[in-house]
Amino acid sequence: MPDQSPAPNDFIHSEEFLHGLMRRQLRLSIGCASAFLLVLVGLPLANYFAPEFMSQPVGGFTLTWLLLGVLVFPFVWIIARVFITRSMALEEAEVALAAVGNEQRQG
Amino acid sequence: MTLASFDPWILAFSAITVAVTIWMGFRSAKSSKSASDFFVAGRSVSVGWNASAISGEYLSAASFMGVAGMVMLSGYDALWYPVCYACGYLFLLLFIAGPLRRFGAYTIPDFAEGRYDSPVFRKIAVCFVLFIGFFYTMPQMKGAGTTLMYIFPGLPYWVGVLVVGLVITLNVALGGMKGITLVQAVQYWVKMFAISVPVFVLLSVYGGYGKNLSLNQVSAAPGALVESVERVALPEKAPRDGIWLAPFGPLTTKAVKSASEALPAEQRAGYLAEHQKPYSLLYTFSLIVALVCGTAGLPHILVRFYTNPDGVAAKKTTMWVMILIGVFYVFPPIFGVLGRNFLPELYAATGSKGPDKVVLELPTLIRAKYGVLGSILSGITCAGAFAAFMSTFSGLLVSMTGALAHDVYGRMLRPQSTAEERMRMFKWCAVLVGGVAVLLGSQVEQLDINFMVGQAFAIAAASYFPLLFMSVWWRGMTMAGAATGMLSGGILALGCVTLTSISDILAKTGKAAATVSGGTWQPDALNHFWIQHPLLRILAEQPALWAVPLAIGLMVVVSKATRASVPGDIRMKMLVLHAPEKLGLKQEYIQEHQGAGH
Repeated sequence: MPDQSPAPNDFIHSEEFLHGLMRRQLRLSIGCASAFLLVLVGLPLANYFAPEFMSQPVGGFTLTWLLLGVLVFPFVWIIARVFITRSMALEEAEVALAAVGNEQRQG
Repeated sequence: MTLASFDPWILAFSAITVAVTIWMGFRSAKSSKSASDFFVAGRSVSVGWNASAISGEYLSAASFMGVAGMVMLSGYDALWYPVCYACGYLFLLLFIAGPLRRFGAYTIPDFAEGRYDSPVFRKIAVCFVLFIGFFYTMPQMKGAGTTLMYIFPGLPYWVGVLVVGLVITLNVALGGMKGITLVQAVQYWVKMFAISVPVFVLLSVYGGYGKNLSLNQVSAAPGALVESVERVALPEKAPRDGIWLAPFGPLTTKAVKSASEALPAEQRAGYLAEHQKPYSLLYTFSLIVALVCGTAGLPHILVRFYTNPDGVAAKKTTMWVMILIGVFYVFPPIFGVLGRNFLPELYAATGSKGPDKVVLELPTLIRAKYGVLGSILSGITCAGAFAAFMSTFSGLLVSMTGALAHDVYGRMLRPQSTAEERMRMFKWCAVLVGGVAVLLGSQVEQLDINFMVGQAFAIAAASYFPLLFMSVWWRGMTMAGAATGMLSGGILALGCVTLTSISDILAKTGKAAATVSGGTWQPDALNHFWIQHPLLRILAEQPALWAVPLAIGLMVVVSKATRASVPGDIRMKMLVLHAPEKLGLKQEYIQEHQGAGH
């Protein structure tokens, strides 16, 4: 954390930094969300268009019940895990980028 | 299976849960002194505690009792509820949790005001905290009434609602949020224990999850069925096996079915074949949108993100919440399946004696076989049910009381009030909110717990979710745009949802009266309209599919039209929302604002 307030025209406060920051964050979030939306949109559609396939028995369950009642939870944990790891790495990278950018502007 | 008298084991476990809750509330009342302690627990709750507390608050009577009841009643389609309850958190994590936490404010109205520099918008946001909150307290109250009726057979429904309402209101008025964080965290583990242990015992007696589910498969040859397990014959009112097990079952096809019943007999089959599945798919998607976006907009969940020390901790907390609630949600549907196989008589009952109490009733089967072990199990599930509606109701009460005391009183009515006066007001507001919640709760015995929660989610999805999502990611949003979108989406969803709930209550009481008098039920005007227009009925019952895009669309259009009023320091606000906390932009922002006279 800086000791004194940085000058308002430094790199951190620039349009360039904010724009890149938001774009990278949103790209990561949307990427993870689409994996998740695939299931939420795809499963009802699969039930609609391929009812026989989805109702085939798997260990007493129907395939679709097994997916929705059990397997969906671990799937979501994986997405969450990926997102958290990547977004923390992204924050570190942003901090480093801000430092480099500020130095360049000052220099 | 009704009980002739109450069981001392059940009473003992429930009494212990209530007593421990009250004791913890009183104990922490001593340690929570400052106003900050009261509102967001001094912002110093560790990840583990906070994750357990959020999960404890989130797993309401709907999750503990309602999901099981609904799976028993409606089969496959009801599985969307637990899945989306859990997965909605992912949405929260991906798009909202981090930025909101970095921005830092006590409540959502704080965020609304800070983002748009508008005290007027704060007032609008406060109203919505109360609206959504009350909608969400109703199912909790039904859970309370149902459980107390189960423990004390013969007790009127409203007495249960009143007793539980009183106890929790008192607890919140004395302890505040600090007490609640501890209570919530402990209650998560009570619920987890209470839902999983009976399931393991029941499955070991009656065969595995898959085995029990396969009893409902039409295609399975009778000889191939499980040797040791034989299910009880289904009564007339239960949905047939094939319909129950497959997607697009009774839950999502109800509107089309009532419409077809009004047609001449020879047209019914054709009408159903044409409309049933497409409408049902539409219902499913609308439900998914409501539940996923609604989670991200529930005020009492959002407020908890502020109790994390930093943004990284907020993200870690969300991860743990998802694991904790994900594990939990595997269990309630198992109760639903077992209930269908072994307690089908519940299908015949309605109100608080119907499938909503399957979680409480199932362990009594063990009692019939193994005596006292079953009583203990019953006691454990009752304790879990108590933990479920008590924790969620407490959380809601804190967030609604906070809105009243902190916003309405502390900022609007008497901005010059002292901290001590606000603390006193917090207690009075708790009593007021608790009282209204009890009144509303005593009216909804006929509605399914889970259904009511879904509707609260639909309202949150159409109001708070668009507000938060757009405010965080689009810098062009103006106050006028945000308010127009949130109000239109929220109020339209609220109206539609209220309309369908009222017509459901009318239909159920009307049908009951017709059965008693021996006549046939004549639908009232509203129900008649729904029968004529099943598509409108579906869109009114599950409004999220159109209300969420409508709210977002209005936000974009109105914001573009009022472009000039985008806050002047919007770049700084966006930086605070998105830049890593290590850069220290938040402190700088606060200094600037103080300098500007805020």
